[in-house]
Amino acid sequence: MKVLSEDRTKKLFEKLTKYIGVNVKLLIDRPDGTYCFREKKDRVYYISERLLQLAQTVKPDHLISAGTCFGKFTKTNKFRLHITALTYIAPYANYKIWVKPSAEQQFLYGHHVIKSGLGRITENTPKHQGVVINTMSDIPIGFGVAARSTTECRHADPLATIAFHQADIGEYIRSEDTLV
Amino acid sequence: MGRKAKFDESVKVKKGPGRKARKQPDPVFKKGLIDDDNEEKKLSHRQKQRAARRLKKKKELLEKKKALKEAKKNVAKVNEKVVEDKSEDESEDSEQENVEGFTDDNKEWLKPKQKSKSKEYNSEDDEDESGSDQEVVEDEDVEEAPEKTGKEKYKVGKLDDLFVDTDEEQENEPDEDDDAENENKMDYNSDSSDEEKDDDDDDDDMLPIEKANIKLKKKQKMEKKLADDELQLNISKQDVFAFPSEEELQNPTSLQDIHQRIKDVVTVLSDFNRLKDQERSRCEYTELLMKDLCMYYSYNEFLMEVLMQIFPVQELVEFLEASEVARPLTIRTNSLKTRRRDLAQALINRGVNLDPVGKWSKVGLVIYSSTVPIGATPEYLAGHYILQGASSFLPVMALAPQENERILDMCAAPGGKASHIAAIMKNTGALFANDANKDRTKAIVGNFHRLGVVNAVICNYDGRQFPEVIKGFDRVLLDAPCTGTGVIAKDPSVKTSKEQKDIQRCFNLQRQLLLAAIDCCNAKSSTGGYIVYSTCSILPEENEWVVNYALKRRNVKLVPTGLDFGTEGFVKYRHHRFHPSLKLTRRFYPHTHNMDGFFVAKFKKFSNVIPEPFKDEDDEEIKEDAEQNGDATNQEKSKIKNTPAKRPAESVAVEPQNKKTKTTDETNGIGDNTSKGQDNSKQVQKKNKNKKNKKKNKPQENQKADSSKGDNVKNVVETKTEVTETKDSKVEPKLKGKKNKKAKQNKAKMANEEPSKQNKGNNVQTKQNQSVIKEETKTNAKGNVAKAQTTNQTAVTSKASNKVENDSSSSPKKNKNKKKNKKKGGANAPTVTVNTNKEKITEKMEIEASKKLKNKNKKKVVGQLNKDKAKSGNKAAAKLNKKKQK
Repeated sequence: MKVLSEDRTKKLFEKLTKYIGVNVKLLIDRPDGTYCFREKKDRVYYISERLLQLAQTVKPDHLISAGTCFGKFTKTNKFRLHITALTYIAPYANYKIWVKPSAEQQFLYGHHVIKSGLGRITENTPKHQGVVINTMSDIPIGFGVAARSTTECRHADPLATIAFHQADIGEYIRSEDTLV
Repeated sequence: MGRKAKFDESVKVKKGPGRKARKQPDPVFKKGLIDDDNEEKKLSHRQKQRAARRLKKKKELLEKKKALKEAKKNVAKVNEKVVEDKSEDESEDSEQENVEGFTDDNKEWLKPKQKSKSKEYNSEDDEDESGSDQEVVEDEDVEEAPEKTGKEKYKVGKLDDLFVDTDEEQENEPDEDDDAENENKMDYNSDSSDEEKDDDDDDDDMLPIEKANIKLKKKQKMEKKLADDELQLNISKQDVFAFPSEEELQNPTSLQDIHQRIKDVVTVLSDFNRLKDQERSRCEYTELLMKDLCMYYSYNEFLMEVLMQIFPVQELVEFLEASEVARPLTIRTNSLKTRRRDLAQALINRGVNLDPVGKWSKVGLVIYSSTVPIGATPEYLAGHYILQGASSFLPVMALAPQENERILDMCAAPGGKASHIAAIMKNTGALFANDANKDRTKAIVGNFHRLGVVNAVICNYDGRQFPEVIKGFDRVLLDAPCTGTGVIAKDPSVKTSKEQKDIQRCFNLQRQLLLAAIDCCNAKSSTGGYIVYSTCSILPEENEWVVNYALKRRNVKLVPTGLDFGTEGFVKYRHHRFHPSLKLTRRFYPHTHNMDGFFVAKFKKFSNVIPEPFKDEDDEEIKEDAEQNGDATNQEKSKIKNTPAKRPAESVAVEPQNKKTKTTDETNGIGDNTSKGQDNSKQVQKKNKNKKNKKKNKPQENQKADSSKGDNVKNVVETKTEVTETKDSKVEPKLKGKKNKKAKQNKAKMANEEPSKQNKGNNVQTKQNQSVIKEETKTNAKGNVAKAQTTNQTAVTSKASNKVENDSSSSPKKNKNKKKNKKKGGANAPTVTVNTNKEKITEKMEIEASKKLKNKNKKKVVGQLNKDKAKSGNKAAAKLNKKKQK
């Protein structure tokens, strides 16, 4: 558990801002104690200071995980968000896409969201904006990047991709071993 | 067609010409067809008066009855008095009295039909409402009826007619009229059923068919009762169960027969004194039952025996039967993300048939059936629930975590119970989820992230070392690894795979884990200081005994678990007498609670002081067991901190292998397959190499010792090969006795071949020897670690002398080897010659050879023991050296 370097912190926050905008602040300034980002084996964990203190008593070799894993830095030093970060991203997300029940399963198997499966979309979503994907009953099921802006969506043909798949909760089953 | 009928009179149809000039009147229905909705109507003034009068009459009637009883002997007189009493203005009264007592000659034996008659009056009184004079006359007619049965039918007919007539006039009480009709009819049909009807009359609204039904039921009941009695009689007369003969036992015909036999034996055992075969003892019956149960449910005998000690016979069968069936699938709502009601609704929408698990849990749901895979719905993936057995809720409920506490789950994987704890704590405080298996910790990580648990630290320690890492937890949950005898339905391999050794290994580990868990807990915690111990096993060895052990060794006491169901823990089991507070623990069985077999105990730690370690019968028992089984886990060793987990497993793993290699050598020798033997030896060598790699701390000196002792063990193998050769010679002559000519040629060939074989064999032997030596030395070393520890000091001092000993011990054996070799050569030579001779001589040779073998084996054993000690000494010395170096 080490403190993130300047460079990596910047990359992390840039990435988070894509999805939750200025709400990143809320992750840091919390009323229920201070929270921080820590790095372990290139994985970034979001953890409260209090829990961190306790976690530090565990030897690094034996520590598997603490707090919530947000993602990892790749070997090319880019940050990649994991589905495990959804717990924090979903409530703060500015732009959302709702998919129809028929398209839920498709998305959960790792496919992109296509027009025919699109239920709703936040107004004024720009192109290439990070979006959280919800079911029609408001359960967040993953996140991705908008392939088209809201206005473009209206005129897209039924098979056109609306949002690129990045992560979905199906990964909890599909790739449990590589999750953290 | 036409207009809608107006069934109630209140709605008046407009009269006069409408759009259609001729208006159809409302249809008129027969009374029987019309259901009456408004039975309870307000009574008119007159009706009330009549009702009051009726009541009065009833009272009088009762009084008169009493009077009748009193003056039973003087019936006639009483009747006269009653006649005198009646007042003329109340005509109905007089009618009653007429009915009450019969005035004719038959009065002595005739008895009035009381209730049914009075009922008739009632109904007829109701008819009075219309105020027609006719009815009074009719009443009188009816009252006369009982006097002469011959008239009855005729009068009934009259009555009926009357009712039909009156129906049209008063549609208010059609039901009662019907009733009255029916009663009348039935009354006259059968006098015997009077009593029944009297009861029935109490509830007025009975349809005739209902009454008939009740009657029929009563009849059926009676018949059934009679039949049962008969059956019982038959059973008691029958010969219950004949003990099967030996032949029958050896040749089981079908599973159904066995099932039947199980049933029979159970019934015999349930009432043994009465049903037993006089020549058979209870033991024989139980043994038979055990074998049958083993066969029928495919358990191994050991486990069945243990189970028979836990349960009485009847319950045992129930348990076994319940263990065959899977428990219902249950899920736990994740209260961090959703509520049970919402989840249930969402799942029902997906086509899942579910129900709450019971009143005791607010988060559990039972899944009866589902059209979708319940472990892959979007709700599941979003972390709204987790698949978890109902029994797994129990330890967490017993733990009763509070918010902002620090809690440890020692054996957490796959994180079901731990996430339950986090959910109850509402993600506050700190939760440590530990598991010894690194691969399984991934499941914890996955589940925690899916369920949104953020207050958890997941770590991978051997639970026994956890007190060294972090202490001071408010609550500790230990769901210890166990044999899984409570979840046989989930994993049927338990039935056959468990032995005494497995159980022992389990409870040793459990004891150590429990002590570690207690050490992790902080007795001074303001809110907690609780430890919950649970297993999914039902064996007392893994439950009560472990708890009892901890009670003796730590400052803890048992407290109620807070679970209001489940059976109490055992206070005594076989020869064990546990602490009386073990009543506070809870057991759960598949056959009684419809959940997996489970055990839950809750401790309260009252002091952080660890009492002085002491020894008692528990330790001794373990030691004895350990010696019996060659298992190297006992209390002393557990205190050695050099990864005690590995030691027992390895030593156990090695021993059987050792035996196997020996046996394979023998079998190969018999088969005369030197090539196979070589393969085997290679395999063995590989294994040995692996083991060597694992055991890096093995001192080099030992290896030296090995090499010096190599010759010794050679002897063993050589002797074996001798045996095989002699066996060969035994087989061959038999064949050759028949064909002498060919035999001679063969002999010549044999003579040529055998030496070559021997050469090959020797090569093999040397290889084998090496491998065997290594193994043996290892096992010996391991087996004697304890002894080595105790004799450490002597070992250090005699470190130098060991070598000498080794040399000395090996040198005489070398000599022996030589001798043996000579003998062997001698033995080989005769076999060649013997082939030409008769078989008898070969037999003699065999006997001789076997005797020699025995002797050698004995020597070997004795020699080995000495060696073992020496080796253990060596090993201990090496260890000490290493420590010093550090």
